[in-house]
Amino acid sequence: MTASPPDSSAEAARPGHNRPRNTGRPLAPDWFAGVAINTPAAERRAATLTTRRTVKKVWQAAWLANAIRCIDLTTLAGDDTPDRVARLCAKARRPLRDDLLAALGLPELHVGAVCVYPTMVGPAVKALAGTGIPVASVATGFPAGLMPLPLRLAEIRHAVDQGAAEIDIVITRAHVLSRDWAALHDEVVAMREACGQAHLKAILATGDLATLRNVYAASMVAMQAGADFIKTSTGKEGVNATLPVSLIMTRAIRDYRDRTGHAVGFKPAGGMRTAKDAIAWQILMHEELGRDWLQPDLFRLGASSMLADIERQLEHHVTGRYAGAHRHALA
Amino acid sequence: MPTVAEILDTMDYGPAPEDAGAVRDWLSGHAAGFGHFIGGGFTAPGDCFEVVNPATGEVLSRVSQGTPADIAAAVAAARAAQPTWAALSPHDRARHLYALARHVQKRARFLAVLETLDTGKPIRESRDIDIPLVARHFYHHAGWAAVLAEEFPDHRPHGVCGQIVPWNFPLLMLAWKVAPALATGNTVVLKPAELTPLTALAFAGIAREAGIPKGVLNIVTGDGATGAALVAAEVDKIAFTGSTEVGRDIRRATAGSGKALTLELGGKSPFIVFDDADLDAAVEGVVDAIWFNQGEVCCAGARLLVQEGVAGAFTARLRRRMETLRTGDPLDKSADMGAIVSPGQRDRIAALVAQGVAEGAELWQPGTIPAAGCYYPPTLLTGVAPASTVSQVEIFGPVATLTTFRTPDEAAALANNTAYGLAASIWSESIGQALEIATRVRAGVIWINATNLFDAGAPFGGMRESGFGREGGRPGMQAYLAPRGPRRKGRPRAEPSLPALSAAPMGAGTDTGIDRTAKLYVGGRQVRPDSGHGYGVTGPRGQLLGIAGLGNRKDIRNAVEAAARADGWSRASGHERAQVLYYLAENLGARAADLAGLLRAMTGGSAARASAEVEATLTRIFWYAGQADKIDGATHATRSRHITLTLPEPWGVMGLVCPTEAPLLGLLSLVLPAIAAGNRVVAVPSQTHPLAASELYQLLDTSDVPAGVVNLVTGPRDDLARTLAEHDEVAALWYVGPVEGGRMVQTASAGNLKATWVNRGRPIDWAGPEGQGAAFLRRATQIKTIWVPYGA
Repeated sequence: MTASPPDSSAEAARPGHNRPRNTGRPLAPDWFAGVAINTPAAERRAATLTTRRTVKKVWQAAWLANAIRCIDLTTLAGDDTPDRVARLCAKARRPLRDDLLAALGLPELHVGAVCVYPTMVGPAVKALAGTGIPVASVATGFPAGLMPLPLRLAEIRHAVDQGAAEIDIVITRAHVLSRDWAALHDEVVAMREACGQAHLKAILATGDLATLRNVYAASMVAMQAGADFIKTSTGKEGVNATLPVSLIMTRAIRDYRDRTGHAVGFKPAGGMRTAKDAIAWQILMHEELGRDWLQPDLFRLGASSMLADIERQLEHHVTGRYAGAHRHALA
Repeated sequence: MPTVAEILDTMDYGPAPEDAGAVRDWLSGHAAGFGHFIGGGFTAPGDCFEVVNPATGEVLSRVSQGTPADIAAAVAAARAAQPTWAALSPHDRARHLYALARHVQKRARFLAVLETLDTGKPIRESRDIDIPLVARHFYHHAGWAAVLAEEFPDHRPHGVCGQIVPWNFPLLMLAWKVAPALATGNTVVLKPAELTPLTALAFAGIAREAGIPKGVLNIVTGDGATGAALVAAEVDKIAFTGSTEVGRDIRRATAGSGKALTLELGGKSPFIVFDDADLDAAVEGVVDAIWFNQGEVCCAGARLLVQEGVAGAFTARLRRRMETLRTGDPLDKSADMGAIVSPGQRDRIAALVAQGVAEGAELWQPGTIPAAGCYYPPTLLTGVAPASTVSQVEIFGPVATLTTFRTPDEAAALANNTAYGLAASIWSESIGQALEIATRVRAGVIWINATNLFDAGAPFGGMRESGFGREGGRPGMQAYLAPRGPRRKGRPRAEPSLPALSAAPMGAGTDTGIDRTAKLYVGGRQVRPDSGHGYGVTGPRGQLLGIAGLGNRKDIRNAVEAAARADGWSRASGHERAQVLYYLAENLGARAADLAGLLRAMTGGSAARASAEVEATLTRIFWYAGQADKIDGATHATRSRHITLTLPEPWGVMGLVCPTEAPLLGLLSLVLPAIAAGNRVVAVPSQTHPLAASELYQLLDTSDVPAGVVNLVTGPRDDLARTLAEHDEVAALWYVGPVEGGRMVQTASAGNLKATWVNRGRPIDWAGPEGQGAAFLRRATQIKTIWVPYGA
């Protein structure tokens, strides 16, 4: 029998974390074992989502501004330094030039979170002090996750101690590929426990899971184990966020909510670079889950270079001229 | 206009209208109205009617009401152009079709916007589906044009084709008609629907721009009267897509005329969801099935059949999905559904839905529609029984009905519980179950875990009262080609009409040994005719040879029932059927001398001639036995990661009205291909020489031909032919006889739109090559196209 995560519904809300948390529940394989997923059909739906909906003019500007609100501005590179992280945090606080912000009529705008490695949490927390922007840390032997569980849990506790409000964990893909759902559930429950009040975002590394049925099952187990968010990718797999995979994960979120009443967030990550991508994933959220999933407490875009393209598009909206990249501040 | 901050609160999509400026400029340039496109140029506008944008009610343009004189002029232009067009080299004709494909692509956005203005369909569909498929169709047929001589040897174009297309996919249906016609060397007179003629007129301009020779393509606009004039005109083929009722009218109007005919008609297609299906995928499938083009789709999956165990979950998901559908301005890029084509159509939809509710269906109709304009919301009717009006009548609107089933058998039975047979959509993750149902549903197109997939390389067309003939791929090309038959001098021979048959004793008998009793052969048993009468059969010198059963309509009824029950034959393998045919040959060979004697007694002539007929019969049995396990389907190169199959399927019950001459060989020349392909037949043997049939049934009895596969009813040919033609269980009918009889048969066939083949009195050399061949097997089967998208 697998353990249940502690009931954390009584925890205090934090900035950007304005919903009751998913409490999780015991493993229930029948919630996913019999669920059929037809891959060509999922691909057709994904392909036509963005041909069925579009946003133009001021609506496009608003949807791009919303994307900024939902970005987990990320740096996860071997050459990250405290200063580099501080620069990223400066961009996170002030993602758009003031003149553009004013032209859009927005009093303020910042990204959803900053996402870094555990050793960079401290510099990030310092740089974001007073902004309300949460710091997210990857943990649990990111990106492969193939470290002993106690070390992975210790890593979570370290990041939380450093001030991380969100922990992006990676699951053990082997548990999915070998159908060891209990092991997967136990692992995520333990991680959730280690997170304490920090929110747990479960990275499924869908590129490694290979099939959409695996993606659905892993999504459901992670939610049953108490994940606050489910996230597609580390950005390091061969295939990162795709719309068909995201479609299946949003459907798992919908089904979990229908069964439990808990709203779990969704974070696509990796490979999304353009403003067009930002719109596409928001259309997916709007169509499959509804307007609530267009807010940062239920939707994040894990991206680093996407923000630059959004800035250029917004400048074009404001000025009518195509923008040059050098006119926007680097992250 | 809201502010960014306000939109951040609502996260609405906002309006996203496609720019219609170029199209409106073009329409303004034709403010005086459009004439017809005849002989490479536009005529001056005649009596005009208005063309209306159904989304707004605005008058878009005025087009001419085509008169019989306009039709005659267009047919004359097409006739004059045809020999030169057909004589072009394959490469030159291919270049013309390629030019059409390229020009359609270059004008793609213009055509999409114009189509949306005219029909009310969402711009997403005209932009992403209709127009790309139009271009694809011309590309595909440019290819056929180039390879025509090698791929279709010994074939020729019909000549001038009259084509009538509907209002739901105006330009796409034009492409489906025009591309194969031109590729095969035919020339065309096309009449677009009166509600939606504008893209056809724009296409005429594109054809001119692309350099299509004058007279090859002619377009005459107008209403049903113009269409009727085209059907009546001196054309060689009619191709029609539209309602089943008009299809019946065209069948009657062309009966006996010798005009080739293909009909693509209505449907009430099932959409079958098994309990092991991906329910979310199936829900999206419904969106693409019945809320595509506002449900104004002949192959729309209108009848949802859902397995009981998942009906609740499926219905809940479908209802929720319907709440996010957007119905509105068709030019808006975020519209899922646009406007209904006309107020009349919308009122018909509303009336049928009201009737469905009155008959007990539960209505689900979420969402809003614009206050002005011709709109109808996405609609789901649940709790619908097969007996309900709304599950029988083609609504041609955005209305799905939902009925539950318990077992795969019941799913197949419900799916087939319709007069139509156009398409079916099957949702199951079990490939075994899905293919089982795919083979059992009577429909021309089957989509497995998908719906409304189209490609120029995949034949499309219906079974039953959804019409006959296929569009797309090789079968689609065949619909525009005729075999290059042997050249004959003069007009068809007027066959002397057959004498009325008398049940009265004749006297003047001959003593030929023990009296023999010729009966009918029904359901594997020798039976007396219902009438209790026989008719005297005389030899060449007028002597009485015997008494044959005088069959009547009740005997036909019984024979058709027996044939209908013998459906195991249609499921038997080709090898099993071949074995039975070989055994028949074996037994016939053993009786060769007796048969030759009988033939000689019946028809006169030399002993050598009689023996030759028996020998030819034996050869023919072997030939069709050899073919029985080679009536193969094909796979088609359509889209990547899709297996698209075609299966030649037997019609089911066929009627065969056999030639008067060659009493044994003629009879078997029709029976053999039909049963080799898996049909069960009711044959009317030669009225004049029916005694060969009584010999045959003894051979059938001893050759393990299952009961009911071959039924033989002797008697008055044309009375029996009429009964067969009128019988709704008979799916196809071949009639060898005079022009008048053929006309009678084709007229009567309009009841269930059975496929017919008549020889119109043209003599056929049954012993020669035209008495057997692939053409017979092709006519003995109908194509079923099965789409199987795949992906792990």
